[in-house]
Amino acid sequence: MSQVDTTTNAGQLLAAASGGRRRLGDRVFSRTAVVAAVTILALLAGVAIFLVSEGFPAFTASASELPGGKTFLDYVAPLAFGTVLASAIAAVVAVPLAIAAALFITHIAPPRIAGTLGYLVDLLAAIPSIIYGLWGIFVLGPAAVPVLKWLEEKLGWIPLFEGPASATGRTMLVAGIVLAVMILPIVSAIAREAFAQTPRKLTEGAQALGATRWEMIRMTVLPFGKSSVISGAMLGLGRALGETMAVTIILSVSGAVSFNLISQANPSTIAANIALDFPESSGLAINALIATGLVLFAITLVTNMAARAVIARQNHE
Amino acid sequence: MTSSKWFVVLSAAVTLAIALAACGSSGDTTGSSGGGSVSGEIAGAGSTAQQAAQEAWIAEFENENSGVTISYDPVGSGGGREQFIAGGTAYAGSDAALSTEEGELEKAEKRCATGQLIEVPNYISPIAIIYNLPGVEELQLDPETLAKIFNQEITSWNDKAIAADNPGAELPETRITPVNRSDESGTTQNFTEYLSEVVPSVWGYEVSGDWPVKGGEAASGTSGVVEAVAAGEGAIGYADASQAGELGIAKIKVGKEYAEPTPEAAAKVLEESPLDKELSPGKYTIAYKLDRKTESQGTYPIVLTSYLIACTKYDSADEASAVKAYLEYVVSPEGQKLAAEQAGSAPLSPVLTSKVTPAIEAIEAG
Repeated sequence: MSQVDTTTNAGQLLAAASGGRRRLGDRVFSRTAVVAAVTILALLAGVAIFLVSEGFPAFTASASELPGGKTFLDYVAPLAFGTVLASAIAAVVAVPLAIAAALFITHIAPPRIAGTLGYLVDLLAAIPSIIYGLWGIFVLGPAAVPVLKWLEEKLGWIPLFEGPASATGRTMLVAGIVLAVMILPIVSAIAREAFAQTPRKLTEGAQALGATRWEMIRMTVLPFGKSSVISGAMLGLGRALGETMAVTIILSVSGAVSFNLISQANPSTIAANIALDFPESSGLAINALIATGLVLFAITLVTNMAARAVIARQNHE
Repeated sequence: MTSSKWFVVLSAAVTLAIALAACGSSGDTTGSSGGGSVSGEIAGAGSTAQQAAQEAWIAEFENENSGVTISYDPVGSGGGREQFIAGGTAYAGSDAALSTEEGELEKAEKRCATGQLIEVPNYISPIAIIYNLPGVEELQLDPETLAKIFNQEITSWNDKAIAADNPGAELPETRITPVNRSDESGTTQNFTEYLSEVVPSVWGYEVSGDWPVKGGEAASGTSGVVEAVAAGEGAIGYADASQAGELGIAKIKVGKEYAEPTPEAAAKVLEESPLDKELSPGKYTIAYKLDRKTESQGTYPIVLTSYLIACTKYDSADEASAVKAYLEYVVSPEGQKLAAEQAGSAPLSPVLTSKVTPAIEAIEAG
């Protein structure tokens, strides 16, 4: 806030200096900025209007007209559940890993290794999602089969690992892990930027007082980067919620709503379901798919707003 | 002022366009009368099952007729029918005949207002039951056992019902992983139609392109199913016979014998099936009501039949002659042979060809 105020003041000063009139460059710049901002708003509004108008028939349609003969709410609920579950697994796996990687790069590794490592983590973001999907079914899935069997045998009493373990490894757990790898770079990059900006006087002060490296990180770096880590995690979550191709390819979806992460029966996600069913759909079924898209839009919006709220509170404190 | 200026420009442009078009078409007519070839651009859309075959047909046809450009957009059967009805495409490929639901058939007839609607089978593909069970080279299943495997009543390979179909075979205790399509597909539609017609007491689900049983392994696309079956020991799935690759193919009981998904057996079941009167209202609409319950020897009833949808009349002579020539090629013995080689489909039998050809020969400009 204070930053914005200073710039306006500076602008006014400049304007005053140039005889009360704003210079051409300023006017062009401010117009361009306004147009860009309005375009983004208009695009967002356009997408929302499209989703609402095209999805509306599905909301009002009776159960018999919709795919599967269910009401729209019954149709979308398992999909929303699957979407949130897969993203939650991804976040739970990726966020601690991303924080650890960011800490290692900023405060532990020698500078030369840190540079290369940071570059490599960023490179993960450049891999297309379909490649992750193929990697998931050809490599990670089959490799996970013995692990899933082990989980079923040893930890089967936990509902998450109830089994029966999938014979192909195309389960919610594997899909979640692939999603975690996909969102790792974005979460880690944002955490890294924040950690690197920890004021030197704080870190050096902590060490001067006799703190170990871990104590220094816990007392200065982590609190300093907290809000950025949260916003990074939410950005990552946003990507996981909307991720389509990788989930479409990897996940064995059969509509069941369950927390069982290692079986072949998994709930689908909204995005994957649209990708799977759109090609052969027509009429009202397409409206229903677009309406599920609206629900996904809403979920993402709520996630982002929650993140904003958390960050705002953090900054307030 | 400005609007009248625009009008002048626009009308000039239109005149020019018409003049050019006239030049173009007159040039083409001389070309076609000289070399016996056709020209123009035609667009089709529809079934993904037909994609490989359509691509092969188009490549070969364009090779023979250099003046023609044909495109086929594999948007899916539903999308293909919709685009055809809306007039966006000259022909469509569809895994299901135009239905009477939501007035689809009527709308399609209306689209061909001046002429008649054509709907003929052009692509038959046997659906194989593929399995992955090391040590079991041959597997025989009767429809009831098959249905029970896919609705998860039979869960282990050494089940008595499977053993009864395979005397002498050593069946392991492995758990059965039934694999189905996760996307909506014509393959699923035809497979579930077969199950619900042949063993309705076991398979009580409504027939649709979406797999009805929850809790199985699901994979997207034919390639996804094949990959999942190949990856999972004890897995069994259904896929176009041509895509089965190295996997084991189960023989299915038809009458007293166990039948394999050969092209001949697939074509024969269509040949012996009656027409669906409701869906075949016109002279040129040939929609079969597949006799899935057939017990006749040498047939394999789990087949996917895909249709060509077109009109007998097209506005321009160019379009009409191009559509006619292309579709004639598609259903010709050469075209069918090419599809069998490239896409693994079952060629139309001579009996079917003789029924289908007159419909396409009726295409003319109007």
